[in-house]
Amino acid sequence: MKRIAKLFAPTAALLVCFAGCNKEESQPSPPAQPAKGVKTKIVFIPKNTGNPYFNQVAKGFEEAAQALNIEYDTQAPATADATSQISVIKDQVQRGVDVIVLSANSPDALNETLDQARKKGVVVITVDSDLTGNESHRDVGVLPTDFSKIGLAQIDLLGKLIDYEGEFAILSATTDAPNQNAWIAGMKDALKNPRFVKMKLVEIAYGDDEPQKSSTETEGLLTKHANLRGIISPTSVGLAAAAQVLENTGVYAGGPKAKGKGIVLTGLSTPSQMKKAVEKGVVASFQLWNPADMGAIAAHLAVKMRADKLTFKPGDSLEIPGHGTITVGDKNIVIAGSLITFDKSNIGKFDF
Amino acid sequence: MGLKKMLFIPLIAVLLAIVGVTRSMPQLMDVRYLLDSSTLYVETGLLALGMTLVIISGNIDLSVGSNLVLTACLVAKLFERGWSISLVLVAACLLGTSFGALNGIMVAKFRLPSFLVTLGTMALYRGAAQAALGPASIKLPGGFKGIDQARLFGLPWPVLIFFALAIGFAYLLHRTFLGRWIFSVGSNERASVYSGVPTDRVKISVFAITGLMAGIGALLLDSRLGVARYDVARGIELDSITIAVLGGTAIQGGKGTVLGTVSALALVAFAKTAMGVANVKAEYQLTAMGLLLVLAVLLTNLAGKFSARAIA
Amino acid sequence: MRQYSGSGKQAPWNTWQEAISIHRERTALALIGLVCFATGLKEPRFFQAQSVESVLLWMPLITVAAMGELIVILSGGIDISIGSMLGFSGIGVGLIFKANPHLPIAAALSAGFAIGFLLGTTNGVIISWGRVPPLVVTIATLASFRGLTFLLSRGDQIDSSMIPDSLTSLAHRGIPLGSLTFSWLLVFALGICFLTALFLRFSRLGRKLFAVGGNAEAAYLRGISISRTTFVAYAICGALAGLAGVMYAARFGFVNPGSAGQNFELTVIAAVVIGGTKLTGGEGSVLGVLLGCLLLSCINVALSVLGIEANWQMLTYGLVILAAIITDGARTRSRRWA
Repeated sequence: MKRIAKLFAPTAALLVCFAGCNKEESQPSPPAQPAKGVKTKIVFIPKNTGNPYFNQVAKGFEEAAQALNIEYDTQAPATADATSQISVIKDQVQRGVDVIVLSANSPDALNETLDQARKKGVVVITVDSDLTGNESHRDVGVLPTDFSKIGLAQIDLLGKLIDYEGEFAILSATTDAPNQNAWIAGMKDALKNPRFVKMKLVEIAYGDDEPQKSSTETEGLLTKHANLRGIISPTSVGLAAAAQVLENTGVYAGGPKAKGKGIVLTGLSTPSQMKKAVEKGVVASFQLWNPADMGAIAAHLAVKMRADKLTFKPGDSLEIPGHGTITVGDKNIVIAGSLITFDKSNIGKFDF
Repeated sequence: MGLKKMLFIPLIAVLLAIVGVTRSMPQLMDVRYLLDSSTLYVETGLLALGMTLVIISGNIDLSVGSNLVLTACLVAKLFERGWSISLVLVAACLLGTSFGALNGIMVAKFRLPSFLVTLGTMALYRGAAQAALGPASIKLPGGFKGIDQARLFGLPWPVLIFFALAIGFAYLLHRTFLGRWIFSVGSNERASVYSGVPTDRVKISVFAITGLMAGIGALLLDSRLGVARYDVARGIELDSITIAVLGGTAIQGGKGTVLGTVSALALVAFAKTAMGVANVKAEYQLTAMGLLLVLAVLLTNLAGKFSARAIA
Repeated sequence: MRQYSGSGKQAPWNTWQEAISIHRERTALALIGLVCFATGLKEPRFFQAQSVESVLLWMPLITVAAMGELIVILSGGIDISIGSMLGFSGIGVGLIFKANPHLPIAAALSAGFAIGFLLGTTNGVIISWGRVPPLVVTIATLASFRGLTFLLSRGDQIDSSMIPDSLTSLAHRGIPLGSLTFSWLLVFALGICFLTALFLRFSRLGRKLFAVGGNAEAAYLRGISISRTTFVAYAICGALAGLAGVMYAARFGFVNPGSAGQNFELTVIAAVVIGGTKLTGGEGSVLGVLLGCLLLSCINVALSVLGIEANWQMLTYGLVILAAIITDGARTRSRRWA
């Protein structure tokens, strides 16, 4: 018993230290409240570091924040795991930020953490990746474009390229990615339109946003469906991997080993990632919005909600410099922009 | 003597770090906050306690994180079927323990290396969780949520649970037959067999106890997150190994203490929180945590050498 | 062949001649047959050129890294940091290409080799002369090297426009054989296997590796420098992981600082061990590891070709790996993992 006591003495000492500090420090230290004349402090938390798409969102956010003369920062977790943002959110709240702008890694694993942050008066704005189905845990959600239109736009884009006829497959990210699932549902909906009656969705494959698995899954699609005419990959890792596979096998439309008219590939990605594939003709055209718009709008909203104490409800509209008038929609969702279709003729004009 | 001195290095490091950091950025350090964010590391800590036993016994368990997630998902399923909280608590402990024991049986009875067995079950358990829940998540009942926000004597419940279990582990490891057997299996298995130690049972118990920790961790995680998903707590197995090793547990087996693991956990939790509040970027945090581990073990080795010389 | 009676008995001293006999590869070979047969039964298109090529393209990266891991495991160690070294070298070579787009491929491969060698040397120095257990060191460098990869890249990925066509063509040009094409990547990987086999079989150092891994004490008594031998093993492992980083850029046409090589280490270790390598060192063969890579490759392609629902894939993968480990158990039977 004596030795156990000895072993635990230092630990107990540590605890006492903690408790002692508690009394001395916690009482005088004021809770995080914005004093007058102090700059609004906002932070952007992307899904993970090194993600080219969120680097663009961050760019828009930082440029707008600079122009608005507020204190801003970007702090990302190292991996895009469902729970990796929890400690980042907690630490930022403790650091005293007024607004958290977040691209959520999970539609619901952050619920409790965000509730605690909002209880302390922090405004939570989601960008790009919303808390689908859990919208009550954040204040406003900024989405890149009208999600209900992405499915139709993608199907229509593919349809134009394959003359609205033939089998096609979808290469998605993970089975639990809410945006992907929303868009895929939109595509299935769009297929009910008589215009697309001759187009048949044969398979949805999941590449987990890993280059290796996306490649293997694409190769699997080519093996399984001899009459495949098209692939839609609404994720940049999937689209890049699929383009590489089509280039390697030469079966893309116009490629050296194309059977019949070849396979048409399209999807969603940034122009800088797809430039080479478009120039080579492996991918004729694809779509995306400008990710920087979301960052900029989130920064403006943050200032309005914090410094000007505005709250939003569906139906409100407000003027954002450089982005026109935006309207707050159902579930406090704000739409940042519209889809851009990229092809050989315009891809050189974009720098993201 | 050398061994004992070594164990206190992480502890001293914690104290130095706390003193140093709080001095340099007093406005950021707030004990209530430190306690609050420590709840984030309790699951890792529980797994690290189990891992300490496993490593001392000369084995390793890579499947702890997957076990935790699988149990967490099954717990949510049971709630969905209308089981009461008390029944689910028991079920979670049993499930975690049996997944752990399965590892132990394969290691002990089939004589398979634990690194491989648990490499396999790591994919198996995570895969089972994904198959059980799919992309969906299950919300947990309101009465079960938020244990990390509940406090007793100003301390969050998960932290109290962790310390209670840590004391239990210290007793088990340093005061019971099983504890001695674990050390003996880890330092010289052949000799243990000849001296009548039931080595197979020791190994199975070690893995089962670790499984139990995963089961308890699963309950805490579910309660903290409020939802169960298959894609949470990735990489927690390496974190728990890191903490055990940082606390002076010898990866070759046969050496280690619970106090070391507890202080290493405190050090890691404190370092991560401090870096987070100080706004250190993730890439620097990763690099620093790796350096910390190598330096701690290198320093411990050096200290061991010096004290050995002093005795000689 | 090898009977381990009595508990806790160490494996007998293994000569290097044993390393080339075929018994060790039987398990992997049988499992490859089984997977191919079962898949082919359900989906005959598994044997079409398209999926065979898919299998052959999955392999090269893993194989090259697995050769490095084999050398380390033979010496009685383990290297968990292999995926981070791959990522670091991929980003490093990508940045070199960005600054210098007309770099010849040989120079890129040498650069990758050199970068990996440096990282491996770091592991080797801490393990051999710092006397820190390899699992601990490489868990630490797994995090550190990844952090350094982010710092090196400044958070930006190497896009396809920065990687020259001459490099990516290695993945789709090669030696045609009937309707199949053996890509240059695969040819290169097999070349590395051949060199590794020669190194292990005929070089003095290669034989020392078996000696140190089989019984370090006996090796020491024979006058072999254990620290120097293990150091070389980690350096080679790093260099091969570095080469794999360049091959990653060739295969996928882009390198992301976060995802390049993430979780790669466990696949590589699984391949090495399924190939009959003893995790405690001193026993294993290049052929076995090559078959281990082929098995994993077949499983991954089969999962996709069979159209197993995404949510069940990991479970199936785990079951197959576990089955492989248990069937191989009669041989790898061991009381201790390291």
